[in-house]
Formats: sequence, C-alpha cells, structure tokens
Amino acid sequence: MEDTICAISTSLSIGAISIIRVSGPKAIFYVDSIFSGDLKNAKTHTITYGHIKYKNEVIDEVLVMLMRSPKTYTTEDIIEINCHGGINTTKKVFEILLEIGCRLAEPGEFTKRAYLNGRINLLEAESVNDLIIAKNDAARNMAINNVDGILTKKIRNIREKISKILTNIEVNIDYPEYTDELQVTSNLMYDYLSDITTELNKLVEGAKNGRIIKDGVSVAIIGKPNVGKSSILNHLLDEEKAIVTDIPGTTRDIVEGSITLNGVAINFIDTAGIRKTEDIVEKIGVDKSQKTADNSDLILLVLNNNEELSNEEKELLNKYNSDRLIIFINKNDLINKLVVPEEFKSKIIYGNTIDVDGLDILKKTISEKLNLESIVSKDMSYLSNIRQIDLVNKANSSIENANNALANGMPIDIIEIDLKSAWEYLGKIIGDSYQDELIDEIFRNFCLGK
Amino acid sequence: MIYDIIVVGGGHAGCEASHISAFMGNKTLLITSNINNIADMPCNPSIGGSAKGIIVREIDALGGLMGIVADKSHFQIKMLNNSKGPAVRSLRAQADKKVYPKIMKEYLENTKNLTIIENMVENLIVEDNKVVGVILSNNEKIYSKSVILTTGTYLNANILIGSENTPSGPHGEKRSNELSNNLKKLGFNIKRLKTGTPPRIKANSIDFSKLKEEKGDDTYWTFSFDTKPLYNINKQQKCYLVYTNNKTHEIIRNNLKLSAMYGGYATGVGPRYCPSIEDKIVRFSDKERHQLFLEPESIYYDEWYLQGFSTSMPRDIQEQMVHSLEGLEKAEITKYAYAIEYDAIDSIQIKANLESKILENLFTAGQINGTSGYEEAAGQGLIAGINASLKINNKDPLILKRSDAYIGVLIDDLVTKGITDPYRMLTSRAEFRLLLRHDNADLRLTELGYEVGSVSEKKFNIYKKRVDNILKLKQLLNDNKLEINNDIIDYFQNNNISIPKNNIKFITLLKRPEISLDFISNFINLNSFTSDVKEEVTIEVKYEGYIKKEYIEKEKMLKLEKKKIPVDIDYNKIKNIASEARQKLSLVRPENIAQASRISGVNPVDISLILIYLKKEYAKNDK
Repeated sequence: MEDTICAISTSLSIGAISIIRVSGPKAIFYVDSIFSGDLKNAKTHTITYGHIKYKNEVIDEVLVMLMRSPKTYTTEDIIEINCHGGINTTKKVFEILLEIGCRLAEPGEFTKRAYLNGRINLLEAESVNDLIIAKNDAARNMAINNVDGILTKKIRNIREKISKILTNIEVNIDYPEYTDELQVTSNLMYDYLSDITTELNKLVEGAKNGRIIKDGVSVAIIGKPNVGKSSILNHLLDEEKAIVTDIPGTTRDIVEGSITLNGVAINFIDTAGIRKTEDIVEKIGVDKSQKTADNSDLILLVLNNNEELSNEEKELLNKYNSDRLIIFINKNDLINKLVVPEEFKSKIIYGNTIDVDGLDILKKTISEKLNLESIVSKDMSYLSNIRQIDLVNKANSSIENANNALANGMPIDIIEIDLKSAWEYLGKIIGDSYQDELIDEIFRNFCLGK
Repeated sequence: MIYDIIVVGGGHAGCEASHISAFMGNKTLLITSNINNIADMPCNPSIGGSAKGIIVREIDALGGLMGIVADKSHFQIKMLNNSKGPAVRSLRAQADKKVYPKIMKEYLENTKNLTIIENMVENLIVEDNKVVGVILSNNEKIYSKSVILTTGTYLNANILIGSENTPSGPHGEKRSNELSNNLKKLGFNIKRLKTGTPPRIKANSIDFSKLKEEKGDDTYWTFSFDTKPLYNINKQQKCYLVYTNNKTHEIIRNNLKLSAMYGGYATGVGPRYCPSIEDKIVRFSDKERHQLFLEPESIYYDEWYLQGFSTSMPRDIQEQMVHSLEGLEKAEITKYAYAIEYDAIDSIQIKANLESKILENLFTAGQINGTSGYEEAAGQGLIAGINASLKINNKDPLILKRSDAYIGVLIDDLVTKGITDPYRMLTSRAEFRLLLRHDNADLRLTELGYEVGSVSEKKFNIYKKRVDNILKLKQLLNDNKLEINNDIIDYFQNNNISIPKNNIKFITLLKRPEISLDFISNFINLNSFTSDVKEEVTIEVKYEGYIKKEYIEKEKMLKLEKKKIPVDIDYNKIKNIASEARQKLSLVRPENIAQASRISGVNPVDISLILIYLKKEYAKNDK
C-alpha cells in the first residue's frame, strides 16, 4: 500500500466546485510539484490558495487543503484540491496527477485504507460507503448516524446483554461451589432469550426500513394508454423539482423519475400502457410493464373518469387488488362515465392534472401506505446492507436454536454454544471482538476465588 | 556422572516431568530443596475443580501420575457441573495433604532411571546458548543433556504478612536466591507475581453445628482411566460453608492500610481469579456477604483450610477477621494467611514444546511459567518431560493443539498471549470445550502418548479395549430396532414417555432427551458394556449435532495452523500493521497464522496484511 491514490470525490456537475482527493505517502510531494504554493512546509489541516501549473501552463485557480498523517481519514497524508473551473479543468488536473505518478483509486479505496489502517471499524467503513452513494437526506442521515456509531452502540448493547448471560453461565461453570452467585436456570434462560429476540427483531425490522431509506420505494403507474399517466408523473416530478433520469430506448420503455416524500425516495415507474396486443414489439413492452408492476412496492392504477371501465381495466383491478393498490381516477373535471365496483371505493383518489387536483392527497396516501413518517421520524440507525442484515439474521437464528435446545431439555453448556455464536455474529457486524473479552468480563463482574 | 535430564524442583510439575522422563528411558535426576516436601500442597487441599479436573484426566491419559495418586489419597470426591452438560463436567477431590505427597514420593522412588537428591540449584551451565547442566549452591556442577526448571514459587520468594516481608519459600521453606538473577543475566525477562493462601484453623475450635455441610457425591468416581475406586462413598469427609458478614467487612475496611497489598508493601501482580478477601471487599463493596469454605487438610492432623479468605493482613487483624465469622467465634488459627511474591519468567520466551527460546535444551513448567494451580503445573511438567526426552532423542515434539486438550489450550495461551497475572485454567478459555470433555480424555490423547512413548503398553491396551467397546455398542444400537408392540406401548405409557410412531433404531431413540441407555436396556441386552462406555456413547449420540459443529470449527482452525509463518519473517517489512501488533509479533514469533491471530493486540486487519505480505513475498521467491 505504498502507492498514492487519487480520485475526483465530488460528482462532476457543471458549475459546482469539484474536489480531487489524494491520499498516500507521496500525496504532498505530488501535489506540491504542480502547485504554486508551498505545501511541503505547510502545517497540517490548513488551506492554501494558489494555482495548479503544469508545463508552464496555469490550469486552474484552487484551494488546497492539507492534512498530514495520521490524523486523517485514511491515516495517510491527504490532499484535497478544490477546483473551481468546472468539469473540464477538474478533469485536466486529475489527469495531470495520474500522469505524474498517482494511481486512480478503486471505488471505496479511501475507505478501505481507513479500515485497513485501523482508522474505522468495519461497520463504519460500510456506512461510509453508504454515505457516498446516499440518494437523499434520509439515507444521508442514516449513514451519518452509523458513522457516529448509534448502530454500533445498539449492537453493542445487545451484545452486552448476551455477554452478561454468558459470563454468568461461565461463572456458574467455573466456580460451581459459589452458590451465592445467580444461577442461570432454564427458566431464567427462557426470559433472557426472549428479551434478546425482541431486540434483534427490532434490528431486523429496522433493516427493512433501512433498505427503504437507502434505496427508496417503487411505485408502478399502470393504466391504459392516454389515460394521463405521464402527465400525472410529470406534475408529481415537476412540483418536487426532482431529477428525472431518462433511460434511453423506445417509447415503450419504462421511464423512471423520483420525488422525495418524508425524506424517502419514491421512484415512479411509468409503464407502457398495459393492454392486450398482438404486436410483437409492443407485447415485449407490455410484458415488461406487468413485471414492473409485480415487483413494485405500490401500484398506482390510473383510470379515466370520462370513460367507462374497460374489460382490461377490470382485469387489472382484480389482478392487483391488494393493499399495494392505489386507484387514481383522473380527469374528474370531465363528466363522470366511470363506474368502479364498490369493493375498490376505499382505494380511490379523484383528481386531474388540469387544475392539479388530488395530487397532494395522492402523495399523502403513498406516504401513509408505506408508513414513511414513522420510518423517518425514528432514529435512523438502521442496518442497511446485505452483509449486516445477514449477520443479524444469523444471530437471530442462533438464538432460535438456543431456544429449541432449551425446549428439548439440553443442558446449559450446549445452549451456551448457540448463545455464543449469536454474540460472535454481532461482533462481526461491528468488527471488533477479541478473544479474551468474556474472560475479562468474568473477572470484572464477579467476585470469586480462594 | 552425566544425566540425560535434570529436573529442578519437586512440586507437581517436577514430579510429572521427572517421572515421565525416566519412564521414557532417560537417566533422570530430580533435585529438590527438601525431599520431604515432594508433591507438597501448600495451598488448597484439593485436586481437580472445573476444567482442572479435566486436566488431571488428560495427564492420566498421557501416562502421568496425578490422577492415580489423587485416586489413592482423597477423602471426598464430586463431579462438578453434572447437570450443566457434558462439556463442563469435571472432578474435584479433597486430597489428603499428608497422603498425596507420600504416595507420589513412593511412586517416584520406585521409578526406574530416576534419582532424587536434596539440594538447591542456583545457576545453569551454558555452552553455545545450550544448557548442559546445573550448578548447586555448594558450587558443585552436574551435567546433563537437558534441564527442566519447575521451581514453583521458590524463585526469590518473599512471604508477606501485613508489613512483614520475609525472604522465604512457602511455609518457611528455603527459597532460591540466585537462580532468577542468573536467568535474568542470560536474557530472560523476569516478572514478579504474587499469590496468597488463607489461614488454617484448628478443628476442635470450630463450631460445626452452626455451619452448612457440603458432602461428596454418592456415586463412585476416579480420575484415572485405569484404576477402580478405592474409597467408600459413605466414609467421605464433609466440608462446610461459611459466610462473611458486615462485621468482617468492617474490620477489613478499617484496617485496609495494614495489609501488605493495600499498605503498598507488595509489588507482585496477583491473580484476578483468586483475589484476597480485602480485594473482594474493596472491589465488590455492595455485596453483603462472601462465601467461604472450610475444608479438612488431612485426616491425620486437625487443621482446616478456610477457602476464600486469603489475606495479607497482620496476624492480630486476621484473628479479628476470623472471629467475626459465624461458627469461628472461638477459632484457633494454626497458620496465618500470607501472600507470597516470587519471580517467574516471561512465557512469551518459551516455545510451544515448553523449551526456552533463549537457551536450547532448557525446559520450564509450572509457576515459573506464570501459571497457578497444581493441575496446571502437573500438565506442563508432563509435557516438558515428554518434550525434553523427545528433544534429546532427536524426535519431533509433542505439541497438543487447542482442540486436543486443555493442556494444549494452556500452553498455547502461555506462549502466544503471555500472562499478566497468574494463569488459572477455566473452561471459558477453551473454544472447543465440547470436544475437550472429562469422559473422552483418553480418546483424545492416549494414542498420541503411546506414539511418543509416554504411555505404557498395558495402559494402551486398556484404552484399545475401551475404544473397541464404544464402537461395538454404537454398532449394536445402530443395527437393532425397537419393535413397537402392545407391551412396548404399555411400558412407554407407564413411564410417561411418548411412544414412537414406527419401529425405531435404538440409536435414534437415544437421541431423545428423555431416553437413557438404562431405559433402552429394558429392550436390548447391554450387560456386557461398562458404565463409562455407555456414558461415552450416550454423549456422542445425544450431542452429535453440536459436536459436529465444533469439529467444523476445529477444521477451520487447523487450516489456519497449516499456514506457516516463515521463521525468518521480518515484521518491520510489512507495511501498515499496527505498531503494537508489530511489536508483539516480533516478540512472540508465532509459528502459524492461527497462533498469530490469537496474540492480543493483533487485529484481523493485521492478519490480512500478513497474509497479503506472505502471498506477495513468498510467491515472489517461488518463481
């Protein structure tokens, strides 16, 4: 790990300040060689104004932030160059750095170094990664909370509970003559295990919410062509001034756009009108739409107030009749010709895009259906990636095994095996457990011996 | 006269070391400062205990003496943790302090190839970084191919009672004045450790009527796999339970400054697991009472050991403290409690075969390595004796893995982690404790012992027969089914046990928690199998799933153990490992990755960096 790495650490958008980050033993040397100011003698954690010059050409006017090892993110020397000249000059500066000897950082390599150098623990490393790709405020909050260690603390708390039981059992085993100490019996064990299960379930429940916050939720808009799906979407997106990402392709492809509701990304998927067709190309589009609708968190079926319910629409109603379904009856400014069966009444929202009616209620309904308010208002220390969730699930099933063993009359030393694995799994999430932890606990908390 | 092996010190480590060395055919000399003090028990009158009892079984399985001698000399025995599961069962016996040493001495005196002399060793004879003998206090030199130091607490020992500080070994024995200084000169890091012992009380001054009895088990047990029980369960001695009270605590608190520990008269590091009573009062001030145990030391004299009450208070305060205890109001103290400080070497300077890294052919075992306890000492003594013998005969050492034996855990902990306070074995130190059981010590170790020559032909045959019977019984249970008929249904119903739906293999039936082999013996003749064989099979069948799981973990560890670290590795060349890790690694010089990962201060990050480095460096060399 002797090489010095660099990357453009902000997204390349027009007009913004772009930051190039350089980390490694030669970071100061490299940047100093193309910088008008003096970095070699600059104090740590200072900003120096100057120009990037290369081969007698002034490339950009920059602020250079210098952070000397070890009190930096990676614990190596770090330089951050704030470029002001837009995308092209930033790219140029970056290319020069690569030319004079820096290596392009792999994705996440700064964080990897921070972790390898012992600067952050594994969970924090993963959170930093999430922070980098955070899509919106809530996700960012979640990532920050993890970095600050709220989740680490939560897991540590559960682990502490387990280690308390473990050490108590160990003391019972290693000092059996000390009957004054609390004896962990099967009955006590049942209580302990159910308490831990509750705590772990909270984490898993949180994990689901964590995924919602991080990746957002998807709402498929379905309906006949020309029923007004696109205009509804455009109004929703327009109002929120969200970034619309166009996925290139034919008109039958799915167009996606996101808004933020209660801090959660709502990804709308406009499906090519779902209807029966013999046309092969169109059929592919329609199949895709169906699939999209099947996989989304919510389905927004748009109907036309001014037309009678078609057979295809009846089919859609029946097909998607579930808690996931919201029915938006568009064009309520026109004469009502539509009759929807009674059983769907509770799912209906009326509105139109001419007077911009009903869209607020629609958003509110989406938020309510997904329980977004409660998700986001809770403290946001959710497990957020597959590895973490997997480990919590493993811990959970170890506890379940312990419970089963208990029910099968297994002795305490056998039950302890599963309890210990749960403890170890949780330790893996926060990345720090050492072998003699339990033994140290025993001596800290119990009073025994000759 | 040149010996093959000289053992210095006749305590529990020295007894095992000298016996096994002689047994393995080496001309052996045991030098002790007092022949009448061989196998002395200066502290608890007991052998075994949680985890320690399993060590005694392991010693026996490898051909050692402690189990056999304990079986012949105890007056009470118990299986601890019987209800807590198969992995943690362990024997504890109240051994007679007069009888145990006497029998051990007889064994040694009758061991071929073994000579015992009374003297004090004060220095080693060293040539080319190899030890070639010892120098006695009268400057006489005795040469040997190898030396085993089992000096216990005798190195530079000081006895502390209040502000009194007396240079002396345990209960007034001579201490070794020069040996530890000489070791220091040779490059050994010397540590100062401390331990303590409680007061002894005269039997007829105790009011037993006020105390709660603690009896032995009403089942017969033996430590040794080869001996039959020699005692009468109905004639076991009782122990008694005593409690401290507010008054005791007050006396201690008011006089804290007078104790050697709190008065600042002691410098050694005491064991965490056996704090003195003043330590307990200070550290756990909210506890209303502490449990103490009165144990008879011998049936040949009337002194009782007050377990849990070790202290370094002055004598008059000890009187007050003891008299504050219910049942001991009029107690007569026959020996006052004391703390003892002694020198030990840094166990990180020892190799896994218990040979010194500094001097070739020098082995150490027991308290000199920083451990505490008779069983821990004996286990190391045995291994040191075996390995000294293997070394001088140019054979590979016997290195027990953590998955082989508690002794393996013990030695690995010593040589990889080092110690900060006297080390006691605990079941929690073993990661594979379901594999390291009381019942299977012979299955784990006897063959290994036989291969290196520490186990006699006779013992090996007993072992083989047992293995055979275990297999036979398993086969029988697997080959035969319980045929469900009306009689069977009645029998199950009468015993309130749910009836299997179909005919069922006995081995499957045994997996059910409520089914024992005794129950099964109603349907199939198991008379030819002894109870130890039945116990073994029951455990293996009932806990099969869990045992398998530990085997998988064991395999993982063994894989890491196969990743050898070259002896010439330069940790300074590995970039980015934490400086603490670098220091420890350079000091310990682990032999493989598994051992490296167990060193405190070496984090998983450091391990991956080492692995990357090894891959890079040594792949390069391969090309």
